[in-house]
Amino acid sequence: MDAVVLENASKIFGETEALKRVSFAVPQGCCLALIGHNGAGKTTLMKLILGLATPTAGRVSVLGCDPASAGKAFRKQLGFLPENVSFHDEMTGADTIAFYARLKGVGVRDGEKLLERVGLAHAAKRRVKTYSKGMRQRLGLAQTLLGKPRLLLLDEPTTGLDPLLRQEFFQIIKDLTAAGTTVILSSHVLTELEARTDLAAIMRDGKLAAFGDLDTLRAKAGLPVIVRARGDVAAISGRLNGAFHKIIGPDSASIEIDCPQDEKMKLLRKLAECGDICSDVEVRQPSLDDLYLFYCGRSLNAAGEGGL
Amino acid sequence: MHPLIVIAAKEFRDGLRNRWVAGATILLAALAFVLTIVGSSPTGMLDVKPLTVTVVSISSLTIFLVPLIALLLGYDAIVGEAERGCLLLMLTYPVSRAELLLGKFLGHASILAFATIVGYGGAGLAAAFRGGADAESWQAFSALLLSSIMLGLSFLALSYLISTIVKERSTAAGLAVGTWLLFVVVFDLALMGALVASKGGVWTDLFPKLLLLNPADAYRLFNLSAFDSVRKISGLGGLSASARFPAHVLLAVLAAWIVLPLAGALFTFSRRQA
Repeated sequence: MDAVVLENASKIFGETEALKRVSFAVPQGCCLALIGHNGAGKTTLMKLILGLATPTAGRVSVLGCDPASAGKAFRKQLGFLPENVSFHDEMTGADTIAFYARLKGVGVRDGEKLLERVGLAHAAKRRVKTYSKGMRQRLGLAQTLLGKPRLLLLDEPTTGLDPLLRQEFFQIIKDLTAAGTTVILSSHVLTELEARTDLAAIMRDGKLAAFGDLDTLRAKAGLPVIVRARGDVAAISGRLNGAFHKIIGPDSASIEIDCPQDEKMKLLRKLAECGDICSDVEVRQPSLDDLYLFYCGRSLNAAGEGGL
Repeated sequence: MHPLIVIAAKEFRDGLRNRWVAGATILLAALAFVLTIVGSSPTGMLDVKPLTVTVVSISSLTIFLVPLIALLLGYDAIVGEAERGCLLLMLTYPVSRAELLLGKFLGHASILAFATIVGYGGAGLAAAFRGGADAESWQAFSALLLSSIMLGLSFLALSYLISTIVKERSTAAGLAVGTWLLFVVVFDLALMGALVASKGGVWTDLFPKLLLLNPADAYRLFNLSAFDSVRKISGLGGLSASARFPAHVLLAVLAAWIVLPLAGALFTFSRRQA
């Protein structure tokens, strides 16, 4: 069963078209990564799914109902972490989670357990203003897990988390999807999503630029595999006989060869035949970053963000 | 627990934490005590109880202070949450927009009511203790407490209306100060100016009724003219019959000033883009 279905969903705010005819379906228990630069429509998409905004045209169906008109029973099954949320500084972590637990009609004890789960139990009695960015983010995550939601929407959940916490975060996501929860998350940090998300939706200027699992996206993009060979650069280049696009580098003793996916083995066999003139080979599959650049282009916006 | 109560309780606790409750109560109490002590000295020449004098001086103080406290308390109720990102979050919870707004209003209203009752109540007891009080002065004092809370709630409702309309917190702050100036200072000056300019002509009958367009004036008329003993010393003894409104009319005006802006806030909030 599909937890979230969008059919030609469009959203216009005043003059700006935030979403243009987006269609996709996310099966239950899947984890979908929404990827795109700022202003690509990720947050608008989340608002449509949450029922905070209604589509100007098209249809959105979430957990079998229309999110904009669905009642409290529907919203009890949602968990949401906004991109920028600052909880009240003067409240302690325990008070904050207790408030949201009551608001969701969940026992306060469940809130305490969730603080333990995200590793905040030791700081529960401290005020939120003493929390680091990562701790605030974990508090936000704990809040989304209240009442065992069936659908979790996380807007840039891993900002401010160090690599260790990121690992723990994705472990939690994995446990949740294994238990049947559907997770939709957006991110700028693309490489970490690799192998952790089932599906990716790449957004560009309000349009869905690509949708599918990573293998599908890779196949569709047809990005070359990059093979880096070390050894006698000139000799290797001669052996390959101009068959591939080659760049010398990053140092004088290595060469980078762009190779279509289906010719990878052929190239590797040729390199193997080179014998002593090729001392080492490194094969790099296109990463999600490369895919992102392929589908979104290197717009000014994305380049600016990358520099920060 | 009903979400309305959950939100109201949180708002009140927030008020305790960030010292709003303590600050407002102490401010009102301190000023009321000063007025009680200073204001009771000239009562010798009139047959008036100190508590009655307290009613007159406290009501004059209230007109300036309570609207200001209410506006400052409520102007960022919605727009502040929106800027923090909490509004977006809370709207995804199983809580309706009306519950959210009314819950917060209820919480802020209890802060105001607490500060008024405790702050003024103490001063009232002190006045009664110093010179005694008769039944009518107690009545006048209770009416003062009730109407002061209503005055506060009417400006709180106005601040909620502001908070649901604007997009930015700073705009709301500016509008709140503007609202205070308009109703507390400018409105009366403008009425007086117009009255003088027209030399009391055809407008004389209309002017008293225009006072009802301002919750602060409705409050003033209620407290200064509803009780005989108060009227004696408030300077409104000679008020012409046309400017005398029955107490229940003035209270109804105050109530309308709570209900209408709050209804407006509910309406604009229901259409606000999340």
